[in-house]
Amino acid sequence: MKKLLLLGDEAVAQGALDSGLSGAFGYPGTPSTEIIEYIQRNKAAIERDVCRTWSANEKTAMEEALGMSYAGKRTLVTMKHVGLNVAADAYMNSALTGANGGVIVAVADDPSMHSSQNEQDSRFYAKFALMPALEPSNQQEAYDMPEYAFQLSENFNLPVMLRLTTRLAHSRAGVTRKEVLDENEMHLPENPSQFMLLPAFARKNYQKLLSNQEGLLQESENSPFNQYTEGEDKSLGIIACGLAYNYLMENYVDSVCPYSVLKIGQYPLPRKLVKKITAECDKILVLEEGMPIVEEMLKGFLNGNSVIKGRLDGSLPRAGELNPALVRKALGMEDLVSEKIPEIVAGRPPALCLGCPHADTYKALNEVLEPYGKGHVFSDIGCYTLGFLPPYNAIDTCVCMGASITMAIGAAEAGLFPAIATIGDSTFGHSGITGLLDGVKKQANIVVFILDNDTVAMTGMQDSQVTGRIEDICLGVGVEKEHVRVINPLSRLNDENVKIIKEEIDYNGVSVIIPRRPCIHVYSKRKR
Amino acid sequence: MKKDIILAGVGGQGILSIAAIIGYAAVESGYYLKQAEVHGMSQRGGDVQSHLRISDKEIFSDLIPQGGADLIISVEPMEALRYLPFLSEVGWLITNINTFENIPDYPDKAALLEVIKAFPRNVALDAEQIAKDLGSNRMMNMVVLGAASPFLELNYDELEKGIKFIFGRKGDKVVESNLLAMKAGREISDKR
Ligand SMILES: Cc1ncc(C[n+]2csc(CCOP(=O)(O)OP(=O)(O)O)c2C)c(N)n1
Ligand code: SF4
Repeated sequence: MKKLLLLGDEAVAQGALDSGLSGAFGYPGTPSTEIIEYIQRNKAAIERDVCRTWSANEKTAMEEALGMSYAGKRTLVTMKHVGLNVAADAYMNSALTGANGGVIVAVADDPSMHSSQNEQDSRFYAKFALMPALEPSNQQEAYDMPEYAFQLSENFNLPVMLRLTTRLAHSRAGVTRKEVLDENEMHLPENPSQFMLLPAFARKNYQKLLSNQEGLLQESENSPFNQYTEGEDKSLGIIACGLAYNYLMENYVDSVCPYSVLKIGQYPLPRKLVKKITAECDKILVLEEGMPIVEEMLKGFLNGNSVIKGRLDGSLPRAGELNPALVRKALGMEDLVSEKIPEIVAGRPPALCLGCPHADTYKALNEVLEPYGKGHVFSDIGCYTLGFLPPYNAIDTCVCMGASITMAIGAAEAGLFPAIATIGDSTFGHSGITGLLDGVKKQANIVVFILDNDTVAMTGMQDSQVTGRIEDICLGVGVEKEHVRVINPLSRLNDENVKIIKEEIDYNGVSVIIPRRPCIHVYSKRKR
Repeated sequence: MKKDIILAGVGGQGILSIAAIIGYAAVESGYYLKQAEVHGMSQRGGDVQSHLRISDKEIFSDLIPQGGADLIISVEPMEALRYLPFLSEVGWLITNINTFENIPDYPDKAALLEVIKAFPRNVALDAEQIAKDLGSNRMMNMVVLGAASPFLELNYDELEKGIKFIFGRKGDKVVESNLLAMKAGREISDKR
């Protein structure tokens, strides 16, 4: 069969579709977005009517998936690493309810923070939840793992994490397809209390989860994704997790790696295999994309006499993603670089597009805030976060999705005036609504800008959940009608907009201003 | 056969189309391919790059090792230089000379072109002028691809098929003009 040229994300999507997927749930987030986007435009998915619309946030997605699993069908949840924080309540508890139909929680981590506010490693969450995790090293494994994961999930009645990192998620390679499996028939859980976590039942479920750990370990020991290759030279043994395996092998394309290598693609960590390599080799080098979780496990408190090298002893950088050159250095091989970046090259950070509606909103806001000085604008995550950079210098904070409104409330309660929040339409739908409700209840003196550009722009123009509903939501939450104001952010309307913003700052209570103008890319993308 | 190529430019300049066409030609020619792309934040007018790897043997890393690239193909001159540490000792630099100046501290253009000209293995061309002469500067990327084509060790026919495949649904006219743009770039390199 001809190979398909797929991104790692797309390989996961195709692999899941070919393994009886009935529904994919998720919220966009780089580098995970392309999983659901692929399913949304896939012909077979459309014909089969696989559920594939975006959810309001990662928690609602995780819960929707659990519901589908309850009904016996196979389901996939997708998110970026920080999305798992939002989904964490549902996710952690799903380890106790377990799954009926197979559940894959596909989480894409972003080491080096290419498009993220931190570089947390989702494998900690798998360990935390006592859930098995799979970590593909290449696109073919990203395609093959979903079927394996669904089986594992249904055999153990447990969701399975599939962890990706940026470079695999966003890199294309040829993938060979397998036969397509049928979807599950709907069937309810055999045990009627499986999804009931009243304490008495939760305790039982927890015991079951604990007693399953030995079996999960066995699965890892025998997993096709954990491979031990013995080397001639026993001075060093290398444990390479996921993508890091490629960076290792890249340094031996014209030769054979002389060292023993344990390639890890499934967790919990296979204890016997790890013991074998540590016993056979003098030193161990741990290569992992993300945080030094395996390295720390090996080191423990009582490090014994074994030498464990990795991110914690400086053999590799403590933070950031790996690459072939860093691994090369850790192997003690010489650097290949001959040229430096010429001094003349300047940095080119991302910026708001020319004609962006957010730019005009910030211009008006800056004008109004001039007399108050800096430090009044709590912002959020999206394109509009770029308003922190010159020439706008319009916002002061960006923490996590939804934090703009709530931080403004806290600051207003502390006496800061004016306290302004700027939040994108999709971010408002994701986790701003509950914050606005708090504001109304506390009668906080805040002005909330809901920047309605008709799309989820930052992640590539997905549909926003709240399009067409923003005013209704604000009114429903209890914001007064006179203080829900819509403006058109255009520079020729600047004076008018400045006036409205001033009026709302002068109002003592919750005001919402909705600058409404589509992102300049909305039409071109929708046309495609 | 092994070609490791860094594609460089600014978000929106069409480097992913170049990647897709070379990728198509490589796969049709029976080679292995890996292509790392940049999505997300940095697409907003920031620097973007793609690592394109073609080989007759299995490819491991999605990223090209530093010092290992055979080619840098860039649609923007300053971006071309940003990736020099990736270029091997015998690698070539192929770049458009039209600057994209969306930052306040963009360097002096003449000085920038000096640095490029001083690089021993370079092809620097005015892709914007060539594209304009052909009717649309949106095809700048195809002119640059044409200039890079002799260095790719891929059949020119396959690249043409790539253009037809990638732009096919936009109609014959778009395909035709992109083919012309690639050809014009090719001629620059051939004349060199
Ligand atoms: C918990 C979490 N989920 C997802 C993301 C990825 N993400 C960043 S901004 C954003 C949405 C931005 O959309 P919107 O608020 O409408 O602003 P716009 O980019 O359109 O200006 C998303 C999905 C994230 N950073 N954190
Ligand atoms: S993509 Fe749209 S919302 Fe984002 S900066 Fe550009 S114009 Fe603004």
